[in-house]
Amino acid sequence: MNHDAYPDNYIRGILNSVKSIAMVGASPVNVRPSYFAFKYLAQRGYDMIPVNPGHVGKDLLGKPFVASLSDIGRPVDMIDIFRNSSHIMPVVEEALTLDPLPKVIWMQLGARDDAAAAKAEAAGIKVVMNRCPKIEYGRLSSEISWMGVNSRTLSSKRPPAPTQGMRLSLNRMSVGGGDTAASDRAAKNKSEQS
Amino acid sequence: MSDRLPGFSTLAVHAGAQPDPTTGARATPIYQTTSFVFNDADHAASLFGLQAFGNIYTRIGNPTNAVLEERVAALEGGTAALAVASGHAAQVVVLQQLLQPGDEFIAARKLYGGSINQFSHAFKSFGWNVVWADSDDIASFERAVTPRTKAIFIESIANPGGSITDIEAISTVARKAGVPLIVDNTLASPYLIRPIDHGADIVVHSLTKFLGGHGNSLGGIIVDAGTFDWSTGGKYPMLSEPRPEYHGIRLQETFGNFAFAIACRVLGLRDLGPALSPFNAFMILTGIETLPLRMQKHCDNAKAVAEFLAGHPAVASVSYAGLASDKYNQLARKYAPKGAGAVFTFSLKGGYDSGVSLVSKLQLFSHLANVGDTRSLVIHPASTTHSQLDDAAKVKSGAGPDVVRLSIGIEDKEDLIADLEQALGA
Repeated sequence: MNHDAYPDNYIRGILNSVKSIAMVGASPVNVRPSYFAFKYLAQRGYDMIPVNPGHVGKDLLGKPFVASLSDIGRPVDMIDIFRNSSHIMPVVEEALTLDPLPKVIWMQLGARDDAAAAKAEAAGIKVVMNRCPKIEYGRLSSEISWMGVNSRTLSSKRPPAPTQGMRLSLNRMSVGGGDTAASDRAAKNKSEQS
Repeated sequence: MSDRLPGFSTLAVHAGAQPDPTTGARATPIYQTTSFVFNDADHAASLFGLQAFGNIYTRIGNPTNAVLEERVAALEGGTAALAVASGHAAQVVVLQQLLQPGDEFIAARKLYGGSINQFSHAFKSFGWNVVWADSDDIASFERAVTPRTKAIFIESIANPGGSITDIEAISTVARKAGVPLIVDNTLASPYLIRPIDHGADIVVHSLTKFLGGHGNSLGGIIVDAGTFDWSTGGKYPMLSEPRPEYHGIRLQETFGNFAFAIACRVLGLRDLGPALSPFNAFMILTGIETLPLRMQKHCDNAKAVAEFLAGHPAVASVSYAGLASDKYNQLARKYAPKGAGAVFTFSLKGGYDSGVSLVSKLQLFSHLANVGDTRSLVIHPASTTHSQLDDAAKVKSGAGPDVVRLSIGIEDKEDLIADLEQALGA
């Protein structure tokens, strides 16, 4: 997979097929991006599992924190890593010990580790780096268009009026693209500094 | 779902717009409302904290304006856009995100007269210092770079003479200096030139001109190319540092490659207030649907009129990049192969007085201070748009006393030529 620019169909396929998502680095602090990405994905119907050893015993929007991936105790479809690029590899290595393996490993906006991605892909796991699943879900459903963002999709169909907790259709016509050169450069600079 | 790329005309009609979920209305409704009801307190808090997608108040965002924003972002090939009340408002909001008092930005000397005034006087009072450079001398941009330089600003097709700017050469200077290149693409419109394809990081427009196309609604827009890394070196704290007004959120970290457009919305538009009326957004959207058809006609007419003027005995010179003999014709072939725009100048052998006489005798051309209308327009820049410049600056910016500027409309070209012929001949 070319991790500089993902085809919309690749991202769409992942977001349409996964049901459970373990979020590593989920924060209970309600102004952190991991908190509101967790909340959004839960509202859109994903079965969310917060993973953070610092918060075991508490819960996040009613879901109990677990300390590590191996503590989840049931299969998960996707692991969403909310950690800096320098902390990705140990999480991927732990994910590779799970049975069954997750289908997708997703690294958040700003996070990229090509060596870790290669390891996961060698085991047959799909990898997304330096993207936010909330932004991608919002983009492919065009919900993000409320903010003037170019969803790079078109549709002549009348969408249902959105209600809370509703899954949105991601099957709009793609305008193509997907390049995020600037954010990739930003992530690269950060990993060089660390 | 295929990832096939729709063409420009398809995007001009469809991008950003879908049938209204509530009513099924196919045309984009005018959401003429100041505010939007929250689902509950939690939803309100999420919206105010930039944590959820949705509407709060029309000064920050509006569903009609959002369609316009996505439409122009798609046409320009950007990641996001923000519509504002005018082209001037777009320039203030952009620079507010980039400059602190005492900082500098480099601007091409050949600019719309209103921008020259805004940069020289209003922005100076904010402590934003403009340093002028000459688009015909790329090295003059390099020489102007200092450690306080935060941006470079150019027009793709420059006012008033319709000269074509070498965007790629100047983007190389900007990249080397580590600053974003801002391109005012008003006179080209994305139909003729897409500056992002040539290295622009931010595109601004006066929507009042060719994009609206009808001269009935003011508007401006900022397009984020998503190409600039705002985190390097702490030069752009509005983007890279925690924002106290949003609980310490870092915009680039949170919004990635559309962080600049979000900064313009939540730090610029929210706090400075130049919001676009949803009614104007609707009028401009309607205009954009026919942009490709209109722009081609504007260009074809302009070329025919320029050729007529170049052959007329009363005319001293014509400055139109679409003419094979023009100084900027090579650049026009590279950057604007479909046409060199529809705004250009010419000078009369009779000087200032014959310029004034020509304007008074024209019957179809309207004498007013706008460009990019469906109607053909004429103005004498030295006594109007550029009148606040001194004589030397007038000549340098292409608005000498003998110069007349035309904005060619979409009438029949034979009628435009006949009107000029009678006004020049008598």
